Order: sequence, then structure tokens, then C-alpha cells
Amino acid sequence: MVIKTPDPVSGKHNTGKHARRPRHQGRWRELLRNPFAFAGTLIFLFFLTMAFVGPLVAPYGFENQDIAARLKPPDATHFFGTDQYGRDVFSRILAGSRGIFLLGGIGTLLATIIGTSIGLFAGYYGRMWDEILMRVLDILLAFPPLLLALVLLATVGSSLTNLIVVVTILYVPMLARVVRSMVLDLKTTEFVEAAKTRGEKNSYILFREILPNALAPLLVEMSMRFSYAIFLVASLGFLGLGVQPPSPDWGLQINEARAYFSTAPWMLLFPAGTISLLVIATNLMSDGLRHILQPDIGKQ
Amino acid sequence: MTEACLEIENLTIGYQTPGGLLEAVRDVSLKAASRESFGLVGESGSGKTTLALGAMDYLAANGRILGGRVSLHGCKISGLPSKEMYRIWGRKIGMVYQNPATAMNPSLTIGRQLAETARIHQQISKAAAQKKAIAMLAKVAMPEPETVADRFPHQLSGGMLQRCVIAMGLINNPALLILDEPTTALDVTTQAVVLDLVTDLKQEFDSAILYITHDLAVVAKICDRIGVMYAGQLMEVGNTRDLFKEPLHPYTLSLLGCVPHFEPGGKKHSLASIPGLIPRLDELPPGCIFAPRCRFVQDRCRASRPVLQPAQPGHQTACLRWRELPGNAGPAGDERSDQRSADAPVVLEIKALNKHFSPLQTLLAIRRQNKKKIKAVNGVSIKVRKGDTLGIVGESGCGKTTLVRTIIGLLAPTSGKLVMDNQQLGSLTADRPRTVIKKLQMVFQNPDASLNPRRTVAEAIQRPMALLRQIDRKQIAGRTRELMKAVNLPVSYYHRFPGELSGGEKQRVAIARAFAADPELILLDEPLSALDVSVQASLINLLFDLQKKNNATYLFISHDLAAVQHISDWIAVMYLGRIVEWGRADEVFAPPYHPYTEALLSAIPIADPDVKQQNIRLEGSVPGAMDIPCGCSFHTRCPRKVGTICETDKPPWRKGPGKSRISCHIPENELIQLQAEAIRFASSQEGA
Amino acid sequence: MGRFILRRLGFVLLTLLASSMLIFVATQILPGDVAKMILGRFATPEALANLRAELGLNRPLVIQYGSWLINFVQGDWGISLSTDNPVMALVFSRLRNSAMLALVAFAMYVPLGIILGLLAALRRNSLIDQAISIGSLSFIGLPEFVTGVILITIFSLKLHWFPASSAIAPDATFLEALPRLVLPAITVSLVSLAYITRMTRASTVEVLQTDYVRTAYLKGLRPYQVIFFHVLRNALLPTVTVVAIGIGWLIGGLIVTESLFSYPGLGRLLLFAIQRQDLPLIQATTMLLVVIFSLSNLTADIIYAYLNPRIRYQ
Repeated sequence: MVIKTPDPVSGKHNTGKHARRPRHQGRWRELLRNPFAFAGTLIFLFFLTMAFVGPLVAPYGFENQDIAARLKPPDATHFFGTDQYGRDVFSRILAGSRGIFLLGGIGTLLATIIGTSIGLFAGYYGRMWDEILMRVLDILLAFPPLLLALVLLATVGSSLTNLIVVVTILYVPMLARVVRSMVLDLKTTEFVEAAKTRGEKNSYILFREILPNALAPLLVEMSMRFSYAIFLVASLGFLGLGVQPPSPDWGLQINEARAYFSTAPWMLLFPAGTISLLVIATNLMSDGLRHILQPDIGKQ
Repeated sequence: MTEACLEIENLTIGYQTPGGLLEAVRDVSLKAASRESFGLVGESGSGKTTLALGAMDYLAANGRILGGRVSLHGCKISGLPSKEMYRIWGRKIGMVYQNPATAMNPSLTIGRQLAETARIHQQISKAAAQKKAIAMLAKVAMPEPETVADRFPHQLSGGMLQRCVIAMGLINNPALLILDEPTTALDVTTQAVVLDLVTDLKQEFDSAILYITHDLAVVAKICDRIGVMYAGQLMEVGNTRDLFKEPLHPYTLSLLGCVPHFEPGGKKHSLASIPGLIPRLDELPPGCIFAPRCRFVQDRCRASRPVLQPAQPGHQTACLRWRELPGNAGPAGDERSDQRSADAPVVLEIKALNKHFSPLQTLLAIRRQNKKKIKAVNGVSIKVRKGDTLGIVGESGCGKTTLVRTIIGLLAPTSGKLVMDNQQLGSLTADRPRTVIKKLQMVFQNPDASLNPRRTVAEAIQRPMALLRQIDRKQIAGRTRELMKAVNLPVSYYHRFPGELSGGEKQRVAIARAFAADPELILLDEPLSALDVSVQASLINLLFDLQKKNNATYLFISHDLAAVQHISDWIAVMYLGRIVEWGRADEVFAPPYHPYTEALLSAIPIADPDVKQQNIRLEGSVPGAMDIPCGCSFHTRCPRKVGTICETDKPPWRKGPGKSRISCHIPENELIQLQAEAIRFASSQEGA
Repeated sequence: MGRFILRRLGFVLLTLLASSMLIFVATQILPGDVAKMILGRFATPEALANLRAELGLNRPLVIQYGSWLINFVQGDWGISLSTDNPVMALVFSRLRNSAMLALVAFAMYVPLGIILGLLAALRRNSLIDQAISIGSLSFIGLPEFVTGVILITIFSLKLHWFPASSAIAPDATFLEALPRLVLPAITVSLVSLAYITRMTRASTVEVLQTDYVRTAYLKGLRPYQVIFFHVLRNALLPTVTVVAIGIGWLIGGLIVTESLFSYPGLGRLLLFAIQRQDLPLIQATTMLLVVIFSLSNLTADIIYAYLNPRIRYQ
């Protein structure tokens, strides 16, 4: 049986006489206390580092072909085995980290910037603009995400830039909606009204009063979007519409490895496992962030 | 005393927290007989709700009963397995709590929820249960109970819903009915109806009532006996009259001093306030838990913790020095002399102000057939003079908040003028030059929301100075400290964030922020309603002091007649966007008054069990501002309606006592006569 | 209620109209010269001109779009460029196969997701809850081609329980196809299952904390009664919307899964069309999927409104 009554010790019992810790300090420690979120953050940071230094620390160059050592199973020299050209799968995975962060990261970042701007604008000025912008975004949301990506890439062709643009287009509506709903909430709070009654400019209210209070949930949403972006880019790679060869992109590796699955399954399993690992790690991290930054909001 | 129905003995309840086990309720014993109502009073954090839920053995997962026993009619109910409790909950104990809007399942009809409660405990058919539900609704004076039974919760008003919840609590004729702040979320006129209902039901049902509230005035009105709780302990228990007339504990005495006394025409006193804050449960002082805040503290109070023991027949106290207490001598603070000359300059003049809203129209929404407007403010004209406080009272939905929001420029008026220092104000804040914005400042209702959580106390106070007053940077920090001192905030709070402050402290920051602009007029929008009585009292005193020092002018909005009466020099009573009566504070609340004012006055509970009020109850709820009745807008609910003229013609302004004016069709003399009769009738009933 | 449905229907129609424009723009304008795309780089100028005239590419864009839309609405979806067959028949035969797969998946993940979500919420912070939470966070991050490959490795290559390929005959009956549907259905379910589990858990936790659930307990209802009569209905209300949004994921999942298992469904048809640059086929398949997604959202809105008295009795 689940029974909830207000806990008289936390929160409600706010005496103020006693010095209390600033709000966030204690919560970062909570992240350490949640082993899954902590592990997720570590893995995320590992791949982020690899995105910068991956090719430098990898045992082999990701394009180094060694025909003599084609399709070799994992052993002490090639941790994850080799592919059809004798390239080291482990090194290619490390090197591929950069592509994932470039695509997913820049795409998510652009989507965040554009989505946040639209969300702030629509939510704050409301009425006509809100209606028009939200209806336009609804059109994009009427497409199942992968379908929209496929149609766009099918017609404009697949390239790094196009992939980033597609990720951006896909996630702008979702981020704009999240930001808009936060702005709608914050706009009617009394501290924003207090700023209005002081005669603050709209730009001050938007960027100094509203945005700082929306940052925490936005960060959570961003990390969630990033994990979806990796998922999407990998799926596109698998379908042959992602990055083109000979890039060490993970999705592309998987697509190429399909043909060799019965003879050299490691070619597929390791990149696939890596993608899953990073996506899951990012999910765990953002779930941990959510608990820290939005302890009152239990839902997505 | 008759045999006890509810008996709580030495109950101790603890919560397991990361910091250890905290005892939220300690060693509480109390008894309540059948047909007796026991009031449990205390400020937030005093543990009164935990006590009630603990008595029902319904605690959060981390809470548990650490000791003591609870019995109903001599049968022990504490420590029973949960299977046994299902037979007690709803059958032997009924429960009603604060917010009626969330207490009922939104997706089931009222009738079904009531019938279900009956069917769990009584072997009756569905049809019989439905009948019983309708009969129960009729018993709580619900108009058209058959129709209401088929309604969903969102279709009923708060007052009606609370009656449904009470009906549900009583449907199995329980031995004990627990009411946890049942009227806190309701308007004063609705509260009066619900309190009457509770009083009536006490006669009709055998239940004992445990009434939990923070409001001393409410318990004075409906409780037979009262227990005062503080930080998890009972400090004093006694009969209502004894407790109010002769409190035997300093905490009770201080609490009574915090309540603004409603006495029109009487001299005004500053309120007693309690220094300090309620202690945290993990930092309880070793001796008497009230000692750090007590006026009468001695060394022996700090040595050992006194227990609740009989002092006089039927009256217990947990104070060592109860014999030496002075008794409740009425207002304790200094008398205020605040006679102002009537010809102080006018700071703000509101001329025929209207604010109408159109219902939201969306781009693609199918247009509504009836393009009715929501008329929130209808032709309000009033002046505020320098150094005065104008209080505006009215129930929720009367337009008082829209009025201040229009004055400050958050909303543009539909028509009418706002004139300040002979200068007409632009309709929105953005249209006003900074020199004008500076003159008008506002303190908002909810202290938790009125400060940006990402700004420190100092940043919040400094922003208006930097923006509106071009004060030299070097001076700003010093000026900030001065303001913090002026509102009694320790300077050590300079770099604190609002999340680290209590509600009262946040409201002090908001007041300091308003004064930082050095305004001509401060708009106070229900600044006290979210706070505890003791905090309210200290803030009322603070507002007085600041007014005296700075010759500040206030426009104070509240639904709390006692607070408005206490703080204001002039009062306007609003109903459906119109002012129906205005005048000097002592004159507005003296007869003759507008029938609406009369109804409000008879509805407010007074923290004095000896005061008997007339019994005027308004029918129905306030009509929506979308269809305001023609003629006198109050005619649909007016108990003194004289005829069709009220429905067709706008009432004229009539002279009331002194300078006050009343907007009513009934001539002054007749009003005096009618209202004098009503008072005679009320007192004759009391005699009988 | 009636007005609500009308309004939603209006929204859906407008959105579909706008989506059709987007699809038209994406397929017929973005790629540049469609005729060149079809005939290839080495086509003669005459051949290009003939094809342009044949396809009506010389007309103004608005007219092209108008005639395309009118034809589409009337059921004239054109001839597939790569197979020379009428698009409509092709699309509908594949739609049937995709629907079979989707239905099997839907029947698995919706009830299971709701049950797991409820279980986690009712045993909040217990070991079961933690396991379900971590499990769902993981499954939501496993792309279909990963789970699919793992399932194939275990259940067809090692255990030989199910075939690795699901290349059924295009007109196979449901029962014939069923053994080959199991693995792809599980593959496509996992992400949606995790999503529904998480959302159900969140909404149930929220309902369990409401005052009216406390009221229900304090009436003396047994826990199972509280859950059946008071918690479920309110907690599952948001799940209706969640399931509809999840159909968007399901469609994406189908495209990947059908490709992995060589299953002759709509998703694989779309990929085939994309590889062959078969514009009429791309347009028709995409439009059909958007219509299906929009209609499922509309259905969810109507069910939500019907179950929610606050909308039903406005």
C-alpha cells in the first residue's frame, strides 16, 4: 500500500533561522549516491573525451587496412577484432565517437538554440505568434520522426551537414514546446510580474528573469534529446542513409557489418553495443539530472 | 464530562529521515466526547495534521507510532493490523480536509462516491446506497440533491464540494469526524455556511468532532474545547471560553495577541507578535520548547520540559508559571494615534475605471456564439490620500486583484482614468516613464513566488534602486543594508537566495524591494494571506512602522475583514467589480451598512467566544463576472432586496455614518431601522 | 464534446494539408530536376523534355501540387517508376503486412507496458521499481537493429526456434505468417514498451499522491479497490495519449525492423522506393503513414475526451 502524507521535516518545515545549504550544493552529491546515474555520467564523459582524443589514443589508425588480418575475431592485439579490410574495430569505434558527438551534439545544440528562441518568443508574446508558430511546429510533429528524416535525406542526399540539419529540424519542435510550456508557467509568476511593474524591458525579463529559471529543465531535456539523436543517427546509418564510407561512423559500421554477420559477428556486435551503451548511459545521466534539478517533477 | 468517545493517550509519532528519527508529535493526550467538538489549533509545522493522521494510523511510509494508544468508545484502535483498520476508516472515523477540489475523484460522480462509501460498510443494495447518498446530500443542505448526485466534482463550486465531502464523511454515522482545515480554501461567506452546517450536524449526529485549524476565530465559533499545539506538543487544553478568557499558557496568550481584533470604532493597537520562529524538530530546546520565544521565561523553564497537567477544572497547561500569567487583557500592544488631516494631498485618483476581458479567442477556434465580456472591474472611482491606507475588501472574484493589476499597469484599463500627482498614468507599465513607475510599487500575495529564486536578497532589493532611482553605485550597498534593517532582516541575509528564507522573511524582502524605489504609493495584494498568524502580526506591525517613518501610502487588498479593518484608514467594499460601500474604517463597519457589508460582517468568525453575531447567510455563490445581474448587481443574493427596482435600476449613493457612502436602494433611515432590528433579534435569540 | 471532436478533426485536416505540402516540396522541389533524377545523368535533352511534359513538370508549382493532391485524394496515386505497377495496389498489399506486424507488437507492448508501469508505481522505490526503471531506461536506448540482431543470434542462430528471415509471401495469411512475426514483433516492441512503462509509472505515481486517493483509503476501501476504482482510470487517462504518440515510434521502428528481417511491409517498401528514387511511391507511402499517425492521434484525443468528464461535460 502506498500512502503519502506531507513530510513535516523536509521542505514544509522551513524555519529560515538556521543557515541552510544553498539549494543545489547537496543535490550534486545525490548524483554520486545514485550509482546508475553516476555510471551513466562517467560513460558519457568517457565518450565525450574520446570524441576529442579518440584517434590519438587508439591502438591503430581507423583507416589503416591490414589485408593479412582481415575478419579476425577479437584477441589481445585486436580487442574487438578486425573488419573486411583488416581495420581494427576497436580503433574505429574510438574514432567514431567524434562523428556521433558532431552529429548528435551539434544537431541537438542547434535544435536547442532555435527551439529555445521559438519557445521563448511564442510563450512570452503569446496570442497570434504563439498560435502560428505552434501550428507550424505541429506539422513537423505530424510526421513520425524517423519517417521525416528518411524523406528529407532521400531527396537532398546524405551528408554530414544534411544529417545535422535533419536532426535539428526534428528536435526543434519538441524543444520549442518544452521551453514554451515553461515560459507560460514562469510568465505568470509573481517575480516576473514584479519585474514588469518595475518597467523592465522585455529582453531583460526574458533573458534575466525567465531563462535562468528554465535552464535546469532545459538541460535535462537536452541530454534526453541528445540520446535520441544518437539513436536516430545510428538507425539512419543502419538503413544506409547516414554518413557515407569510409567514415568510422558507428551506424555505418553496423550497416557494412550486416553482410558479414554470420562469419564475423563481432564487426556488428561491438559498434551496436557501443551505441546502446552510450544511449543508455546518456539516458541514465539525464534521468539522474532530472531527479537533481527537478525533484518535484516526476514525469517526463 | 460525559464518557469519552475519542481518547488519545501519550501518543508519540516519529518520522524516519536521513538525519535520524524525528518525533513530530510527542506525548499527546486528549479526549473528546460524543457530540463534542474538539479544536486543535496551531501554526504550520505544529504537528496537528500528523496527530490526526496518526490517530487514524494513516501515516506516510516513513512515519510510525512510537508510543501511546488511541481508542474509540473504549476500544483500542492504534496498532491494529491494516485489515482491521479498513473496518474503522470510513465507518468509525470520517475525514474531511482542506481542499475540496482535490478531495474527490474527478472522474466519478458525486453520488457514486458517496454511495460507495456507504456500500463498503453497510450491506445494502446499490439503489439503496444511491438513495442514502441523496438523503445525505439533503442533510448537508444541498439544493437539488438528486441533480448534484449526478454531477462530477468539477461542475460544483468549492463550498458545495466541501458539503459533499462532509456528507461523505458522515454517511456511515461515524463515531469520530476529523475536519482538517475544511474552510481554509473557501471564501468567508461560504466558510460561514459550512461552519453553520458543522454546528447543525453536531446536533444531528452522535459523532465527536476533531477540528484542526490555524484560525483561532474559527475554533472560537464552533468548538467546545480546544487544544493548542506547538512544535509537536499540546501546550494547553481547556474549554473554549476559559481558554480565550483566561489562557494559562504564554503561547496561547501570544497567539491571541497576534489576531487583529475586530472592533469597529475602537482604538487601534499594534499587535503582539512572537519573536523568533518555531524550532526545528531536530533542534528542540532542552527545557520548555516555547522558552526561547516566551515573554515570561525563567531559568527553571529551560531546565526541564514541563508536561501538560491539570491547572484548573477541565483546563490543562504545560507551563510552570501559569499562576503568574496576566490573562487575556485584550490588545497588548501600544495604542496607535493616527488621526490624519482629511486634506492631505491626493496621491492617486481612480476615475470611473473599467476593466473587461474578452474570453480567450484562438486563431482556429470555432467562434463562440455569445461574445460576452468578463467584466472584472466596473466603474470604480476612488481617491487615496498621502499617508493613508485604503483597504479594499471583497470575496474572491470581486475584482479587487484586477483593480490593483490595472493600477500598476499589468493590465490596460478598458476605460477610465488613473491620475497620480495631477498626471494621467499610461495604461500599461511599458507606457509610463520611469519617473512615474518609481512612484507605484507592489507587494504580491505569494512570498514563495514573488522573488526570483536565482537572485540573492541584495540583488532583489537593489534592482529597483539601480533601475528607477539612479543611485550612486557606492551608496546602493549601504542603502540595501539600511532597508534590510528597516524590515528587520539580519544583514547576514545579504547574499542568501530566497530558497533559504522562510515565508515571512521572503515577504519582508518583497516589502524592502517595494520601498527601495522610494514610492509614493505601495499596492499590497493580500500580502499576509499565505502566512501564519504570528508572522502576519509582525508584518502588520512592520507595515505600520514603515508607514509612520516614511509617511508611506498603502492600498491594501484583502479578503480578511479583520486585517483590513485593523490596518486601514479608509475602506472600500467591492462586489462584482463595483464598490458598494466606502468610508472611514470605523464608519464602514458601523451600522447602517450596505446589505453585502452586513452579510460579510455576520460571516466573519471572531476570535472571542462571547461575541454573538447576526445570522445572515448569502444564497448561492458569487455570479460569474460574465453575466453580472442588471440593476443592483447584488440583488440575486441580497437578503434585504426590496423589489423589482433592485433588478432594474442602478442603486443611488446614499449617505452612511460620517463620510461613508452606501450604494443601495434602501434609504438610510430604513437601513438603520432594519439593521437595528436584526441586532435586537440576534441578541434576543441568544437570551432565549 | 461534439464541438471538441469537430475542432480536433479540423486541426487534423489542416495539419494533413500542410504535411502534404511539405511532402510535395521535399520530394518534387528539393531534389532539383526530377526528370534528370529519374532518367539519370546521361539522358538526352529530348528525353528529358518528353518526360517533363509527361509528368507535367512544366506547369506552375501550385498547379502541380493541386493536381497531385486531387489525384491523391481521389485514389489515383500514380504508377511506380521502378516497378511500373499502380502505386496504390502495391502500397495497400504492403500495408496489410505491416498492419499484421504492428498489431502483434501492439497487442504485446501496450498491455505489458501498462502492467509494468503500474507495478513499478505501486511498489515505488522497491527493488522491482528500480529494476523496471533501469530496464526501461535501457530498452528505450536500444535501437531496433541492435535488439533484432541479438534476438536473431539467440533464437534463430543458436536455438533455431524462429527463422532469421521473415520474408513471407506477400499474400500469406496471418496464421501462416505468425511464426515469422514473433521476432520482428518483439524487436519493434521493446522501445515502445519501455516508453509506455515509464509514462504509465509517472502518471500513476502522480495519481497515487492525490488527495482523492487518500480519501479513498480513508473511506475504508481495500487497496485493490482503491487501485481499480480510483487510481486506474485517472492514471491511464494520460496513457491514452502516450500510446498514440508511441505509434510514431512504432512506425519508425517498423521501418528499421522490416529492413533487418526482410519483412515485406510498408517500411521496407519505403526504403526500396528511396533507393530507386521512385518518387510516386515515396510520396504515397509517406503520406499514408502520416495519415495513419494523425488518425491514431485523433482517435486518442477522442477517447481521452470521452473518458475525461472535465472535457465531456464542459
